[in-house]
Amino acid sequence: MSSIGLTDEQKEFQKVAFDFAANEMAPHMAEWDQNEMFPVETMRKAAQLGFGGIYVQPEVGGSGLSRLDTSIIFEALSTGCASTTAYISIHNMCAWMIDTFGSNELREKFCPDLCSMEKFASYCLTEPGSGSDAASLLTNAKLQGDHYVLNGSKAFISGGGDTDVYVVMCRTGGKGPKGISCVVVEKGTPGLSFGKKEKKVGWNSQPTRAVIFEDCAVPVTNRLGVEGQGFNIAMKGLNGGRINIASCSLGAAHASVQLARDHLCIRKQFGETLSNSQFLQFKLAEMATRLVASRLMVRQAAVALQEDRPDAVALCSMAKLFATDECFSICNQALQMHGGYGYLKDYAVQQFVRDIRVHQILEGTNEVMRMIIARNLLTES
Amino acid sequence: MAARVLVGVKRVIDYAVKIRVKPDNTGVVTDGVKHSMNPFCEIAVEEAVRLKEKKLVKEVVAVSCGPQQVQETIRTALAMGADRGIHVEVSGKDYDTLGPLQVSKILAALAKKEEASLVILGKQGTFASEVTIDGDKIKVIREIDGGLETIKINMPAVVTADLRLNTPRYATLPNIMKAKKKKIASVKPGELGVDLTSRLEVLRVEEPAQRQAGVKVETVEDLVGKLKEAGRI
Repeated sequence: MSSIGLTDEQKEFQKVAFDFAANEMAPHMAEWDQNEMFPVETMRKAAQLGFGGIYVQPEVGGSGLSRLDTSIIFEALSTGCASTTAYISIHNMCAWMIDTFGSNELREKFCPDLCSMEKFASYCLTEPGSGSDAASLLTNAKLQGDHYVLNGSKAFISGGGDTDVYVVMCRTGGKGPKGISCVVVEKGTPGLSFGKKEKKVGWNSQPTRAVIFEDCAVPVTNRLGVEGQGFNIAMKGLNGGRINIASCSLGAAHASVQLARDHLCIRKQFGETLSNSQFLQFKLAEMATRLVASRLMVRQAAVALQEDRPDAVALCSMAKLFATDECFSICNQALQMHGGYGYLKDYAVQQFVRDIRVHQILEGTNEVMRMIIARNLLTES
Repeated sequence: MAARVLVGVKRVIDYAVKIRVKPDNTGVVTDGVKHSMNPFCEIAVEEAVRLKEKKLVKEVVAVSCGPQQVQETIRTALAMGADRGIHVEVSGKDYDTLGPLQVSKILAALAKKEEASLVILGKQGTFASEVTIDGDKIKVIREIDGGLETIKINMPAVVTADLRLNTPRYATLPNIMKAKKKKIASVKPGELGVDLTSRLEVLRVEEPAQRQAGVKVETVEDLVGKLKEAGRI
């Protein structure tokens, strides 16, 4: 059902992603979660297939595909491990930002290595004092000669400490969004350090750390776009990021529905398999219906974004809001259908629940999604 | 250097799908069921592409017999690295009765037409676990009951691929896109001078008999007694 309406080529992309997820990721997702392993080798294998820079331009090593192609791919990969796929999508978002807003020198310097995952990237916007109110960020970037000197810290950075390339939103000007610029900071730059690795409920196959800048000097040539464009660049990155995260939720829900269905056909109580219970049949039907609805919203938003339609931002926000909420509920119900077994770490469904819970929070909380949608509706003339 | 390798790729029900027999017992359910390339054909394609990468062959041609849908399977072979495809159009009743005899005639005719030095197929029968090209001969290592046997054969030759021959590659996103531009030629069996009339008639298709429950016995004497009772010894 996830292939309906796709072109032959998209079905091929989807097939590769499903096969990769089943063979290279699913067998390891529990281990990566329980041992908190960042699966560098597996991600590099994925990059060899073109998954490192899916919507980055081919001339700098990307695959040059559309946002819809990307959504299809991440949804399929996520069935193998939602946490790892979510990191891959963040990495892709950073690579795209450099490709789209970086000078040719910057693009040639960073994009090929990011597309091959020779180097890994992190997106640095959130700070201890600014989450939803992202534009109030405080990390300062003072111009000194041909360098910006950064001071401040970022919080909850996915990949932080293990990644090589940091795309950082910092304040070069006055208050508010217009004072924010975006610079690329490389690991090893003096003045760049990291906090302790956070202990999380899920997303354990990616390390999360604070990123700290103490008189960290970054060449002005590392800036993406112009001064004051940083917030705009960050939000443009997030439009795609939201579709990607929603796609990861779709994959987790898809896998969970399959697991629940399989369990219902095996588990017997009261003399018959659970699949004979009308309540459970109806519940499964609802889960599948809401999954399909979520999928349509996400794919529709992806198309709007790639066509640069005026309603794209609102649609991306709606898709992220709807799909992440629905898919979490679907995974949670799939866990419930497993009974006590659903609560054991030997069964994958609990990991999908834990992994996608955070999708309702990051890349813009689902509350912020409502703010964006409402603003869009109320300023419509 | 051997010029051309022909690889047969068959579109079959996906190996992970549970096969069901049609209610009228005339065959298995195929409508709406997930199909993919026969895993042994994937291994055959992989081997052919590796030979090309080692510059031992110049061109890899993927062939499939069947209705329009088999073009998907040919495209997968192209995405893995085959250079072009040939779709032998067989549909309807002809496709239902298409058997090994007809397919082998088709492949033989194509191999002649395309001047293929080597035909690699997914296994049934003797199979290779290693293939190299040595001058104008092919060296094949095959697994037999006693161990490994190395044989040298002249070209043109037909080699079938075993599980242990290689691990097929994933198609990469760029290769999937490049495959769109590769050509798939269509040809009818009649043009190859092949008669598709089947020598076989399928009378009935049934599921294998359900496994019967066994009987547990306490001692070896009991076992011998039961076997004698059943007329087995």
